[in-house]
Formats: sequence, C-alpha cells, structure tokens
Amino acid sequence: MGLVEAIILSVIAASTPLLLAATGELVVERAGVLNLGIEGMMIVGAACGFAGALYTGSTLIGALCGIGAGVALSLIFAAMALGLAVNQVASGLALTILGVGLSGLIGAGFVGERIAIAPRLNIQGLTNIPLIGRILFGQDMFVYVSVALVVATWWFLYRSRAGLILRAIGDNHISAHALGYPVLKIRTLAVLFGGACAGLAGAYLPLAYTPFFIPGMTAGRGWIALALVVFSSWRPARLVIGAYLFGAVTILQLHAQGAGVGVPSQLMSALPYLATVIVLVLISRARTGGSTAPAALGNVFVPDR
Amino acid sequence: MPLVLEKRTERSTAIALVSPLIAIPLTLVTMSIVFALIGKNPIAALSAYFIQPLTDSYSLQEIAVKASPLVLIAVGLSLCYLANAWNIGAEGQLVIGAVAGSWIAVKTQGTDAGAWVLPAMLLCAAIAGALYALIPAICRVRFGASEILTSLMLVYVAELLLDYLVRGPWRDPNGFNFPTTAEFDPVATVPLLIEGTRLHAGVLLTIVIVVAIFVLLGRTIKGFEIRVVGAAPRAARFGGFNANQLVILTFALSGALAGVAGIIEVAGPIGHLQPGISPGYGFTAIIVAFLGRLNPVGILIAGLFLALTFIGGEQAQIAMKIPLDMTKVFQGILLFYVLACDSFILYRIRLMTSQRAAADGIG
Repeated sequence: MGLVEAIILSVIAASTPLLLAATGELVVERAGVLNLGIEGMMIVGAACGFAGALYTGSTLIGALCGIGAGVALSLIFAAMALGLAVNQVASGLALTILGVGLSGLIGAGFVGERIAIAPRLNIQGLTNIPLIGRILFGQDMFVYVSVALVVATWWFLYRSRAGLILRAIGDNHISAHALGYPVLKIRTLAVLFGGACAGLAGAYLPLAYTPFFIPGMTAGRGWIALALVVFSSWRPARLVIGAYLFGAVTILQLHAQGAGVGVPSQLMSALPYLATVIVLVLISRARTGGSTAPAALGNVFVPDR
Repeated sequence: MPLVLEKRTERSTAIALVSPLIAIPLTLVTMSIVFALIGKNPIAALSAYFIQPLTDSYSLQEIAVKASPLVLIAVGLSLCYLANAWNIGAEGQLVIGAVAGSWIAVKTQGTDAGAWVLPAMLLCAAIAGALYALIPAICRVRFGASEILTSLMLVYVAELLLDYLVRGPWRDPNGFNFPTTAEFDPVATVPLLIEGTRLHAGVLLTIVIVVAIFVLLGRTIKGFEIRVVGAAPRAARFGGFNANQLVILTFALSGALAGVAGIIEVAGPIGHLQPGISPGYGFTAIIVAFLGRLNPVGILIAGLFLALTFIGGEQAQIAMKIPLDMTKVFQGILLFYVLACDSFILYRIRLMTSQRAAADGIG
C-alpha cells in the first residue's frame, strides 16, 4: 500500500463520523430545530455501540445499539425542546452534559477491553485494483452507509414532497402550521433521525476507528459536526466536501506529528479546533448578503389556537 | 396529541419562584431510579451525596471552596444569557486565566518579589480571560459567526495550550517529570481566611463580586439594558440600546470572572499549574446559572448546591464505589428538570379531550 493510498484511507476513516453526525443535524436544522446535543448523543452512542459489540461479538448489533442510544437521547431532547417549548440551546447543552456523564457510567466497566474492528469489504479483483481499488471497494460498512445517507438526504430534501414540507417548516413554521402541516410531528421525526445519525457516528469510533472505548473519545467531534452544517450552508453536497476537508486536517495533524515536524504536538492537535473557528468566521462573513440558514432555526413553536 | 401548551397571558411569578424547588425533588427521584438500576441502595446513595457532606466541618468548608469558582463563573454567564449571548466556553476562559496568572507566579518564582504578586496575578487572569472571551464575541458581532461554537472550540485550544506549557517550558525541573510547574511561592498563593482550614480569600472575593453584579443588574442603566436586550429585543432596538455592544461587554465580564476563578483555583487549593485544573467548572456553571434563575442571589444558593453534588459524588465513590461520572449524570438531569419546570412560567399545560381536539380540527 502506497503512502498516498494510506493517507486517503485514513482521511476517509476520520471523515466518516463527522459526515454521519452532520448529515443528521443538517436535516434537524432544515426542520428549524437546533440540537446542540450531538456531542452527548455521539458519546453515548460510542459507549452503547461498544457494549453491544463486546457482548454479542457483532459489529452490526453494536451499530444498532449506538443508533438506539442516539434515538433515546434525542427523544428526551424532543420532549424538552418541542413538547415543552424549552429554549433549544439550553436543552441541547443539557443533553451533552447528561450524555458525557452517562457514557462514563456505561463505559466504566469497558476501559481496557478490546473488540474486533469492523470488517472491511474485500471483493476479489475489484479491491486489488491499484490505487483506487481499496479506496472504492475496500471500506467498512460505515463508510458506504455515510455516503448513501448523504445521497438519500439530498434526494429527500430536494426531490420529495415530504422534504419540501420539512424545509417549509424550517423556514416558516407559522405559515406551515396554517397550511395544515403537522409542525411538531415532523420536527420530532427530524430530531429522532438526527439522534440516530449521531448515535451511529459515535458507534463508529469504537467499532471501526479504534478497537477500544475510552471516556471522552468523541473529543469534540459532535461540535465540529455542528460547525460543518454551518460550513455547508445547510446543503448536503457541500457537507461532503466539508467533512472530508476536516478529516484531512485531522490526518494532516497526525502525519505531521509522526514526521517530527518541529512544532509542539499540542499546536498540531489544536488545528482542527482552530480550523473550525476560522471556517465559521469566513463562512459567516461571506454570507453578509443574507443568511442561508433556515429562517425559523432555533425558534420555539407553540401552536396557537 | 392530548397535551397542549397554552401561552399564559402573563409570566407566572409563583412558578418562577418554586420551579427550582420542584426540579430538585424530581431529580432526586430520578436519581434513585438510576442508583437502583446500577445496583446501589438509593437511600444510602442519596445520603452519601446530600446528607453526609453536610455533617462534618471539613466537607462544609470544601463545599464553600468548590462553590466559589462555580458562583464566580455563573454570575458572569448569567449576564451573557440575560443579554441573549451564549457563552459556552467559560471552561476555556478559566484555563487561560489560570495560565496568564501563573505566568507571573512562574516568572517571579524564587525572586524576592513582594506582596504585589498576587494582585498582579488576579489582574492578569481577569484581562486574559476577558480577551479570550472577546474572540467569540467579536466573531459574532463583526462576522455573525455562532458564538456557541467558537467559544466551545476555544476550550479545546486553551486546554492544549495549558498542556503544552506544563509539559514544556514551565515544567518544574525538580518535579520528577510530572507535568506541573513548581509549587507557587507564598506571595503568589491565595491566603487562607482562617489558619488550619480550607477556606481561602477567594471565597470572600466571590461574595464581594456577587454583590457587585447584583448592584450592576438591579441598580444601574447598563444592567437594565442587559435585561431588556435579552427579554425584549425589539423594545431594546426602539430604546436605542446597542445589542452588539452588550454582547461584547457581557462576554468580557464573564470571561474576566472565569479567568479569576481559574487563577484562584491554581493559586489557592491546587498551589501550582497542572493539566486538569478544573473538574468542568465552566460547564457546571451553566447549570448553576439556570438553576439560580440568572439572578446573583439565586446563583449563590445554586452554586452551593452543585458544589454539594461534587463533594457528595467524591464521598459516594469512596464509600459505595459509585462511579464519579454519576455526578455529571445528576447535573444533566437536574438541568433538564430546571428547564422543564421553567417552561410552566410561560405556558400552562392543558389536557385536551378527544372531543375538544376534534372540534379544534386536530388529533
């Protein structure tokens, strides 16, 4: 395996959890809801995913456990932010605080345990094609799921009637409600979808990225996913570019450390976070002509009667 | 849906006052269930968390010492939240304050520098915390970048900077390779209030600052502007209040207070700079701010209560082997209940019979 191939493979691996979590949040935000609890849902997804795979020996069941954990937590958020019309920023933060605690509690018994990493696809003939074979036909299932998810999300948002309604609700919930669309129901479904994606993204980390669980292993990826949604201007295609760019920054940082670049390792580790700040500023600045964010993003909605 | 929210015509003051008092029992009941789920006796666990720390003087002092940074940070954050500015990065501002203040302590180590050292450290920490908080504030005001995300990203950056300093340039050469600075000189240490106790002067400073913020909010024009901008942005615009300027001001103040909290921790209870100087004070302070109803006096009480959960968590870990993360679970659940109860200040919940729902054309 050549160096270029190895780097591309590791970039894909680092980008996949970001892409999964950000795709879910993109749908949530398009429906007009801001869920800041991604980091919490991801970390619980990681703990539950690892637990599932450890006890059953199956990556698939592990992934399903991660998804289930994400959905369960997002249900709490939906009850708070949609059911009780609580401020979305505050309830999202509460979800992250709770999630970090829960994952520590769940994962306390697993520190030091190892599991078999998710199997990679291997098709005789195709996977062995030089350079592109392993990149296109030699990934684990999460990578293919993440790509399929973005394509499906794009199709859903721009080519389906339900997607149109969801975007309408995100842009103007009062008009959508007046037209008879069930605002709270669709928002709830969007939040649950976001939870499933975040849970899967978290489960990816111990199931495919590293074969063990450590507390705090999401290391802010949930927040970077949130920033990616802003970066993408709420468009799925740009989200793919953003996620892979950030994956590349992460890998660049690791390779630079390995190559003994003469800067402190902590500075290199800070790169993804600094890049997020810089990207947010540049993107927000470029958008001074008029924001592309869903107009009702973050506003509470209580049906009037 | 059979349950619907209905806007109240005016805020319910009664519920605003009792809502934290409803949230706490609800949290305790939920926690009992969690304890039972992990196979611990709920009564014994709750007693270890909330009763035992109140029974000996050492724990009581420890609660005051832990509450001090929480309250200091939370009163600052409450200013931001009142003005609708979301500073989530107090943890990073705390770390930067600790680093900046420690810089003076490290540079004057072993010299015969006088009594000016500690005040200079406090000042330096306040300035550094404020400047660090100004980064997300300016990014929001000038470029419209979400202050939530930028302030949070800077937490990770601050922690990495601290890690670099204590492992690299500031490491104690006689420290057996541990990543810490040398113990601070006595002039660079926060003095104890009473010899032989844990109570230090920082606790006193916290009370002074709570009073100052109370006066700022309740008795000054700036305080009035902060409250109006958050509660009624349109009215504030008509009143000619500059919302952007208030974002800058509240971020700077909260950053300065977080920075001071950081240096007090390092120059007080800890005594030197090391990684892991805070058990998440900056994040727990968010809960303290909400539990205290964004009111300085409420925050003082809420801070003592959350400090109790830290001490109780440590005791429950020693006595009953309950994982330390239980404290975070507890804090997360508490914040949920506080927010949920707050919802009933603005709304009343109404049960809809299916007939009524049909008449309204839903269901």
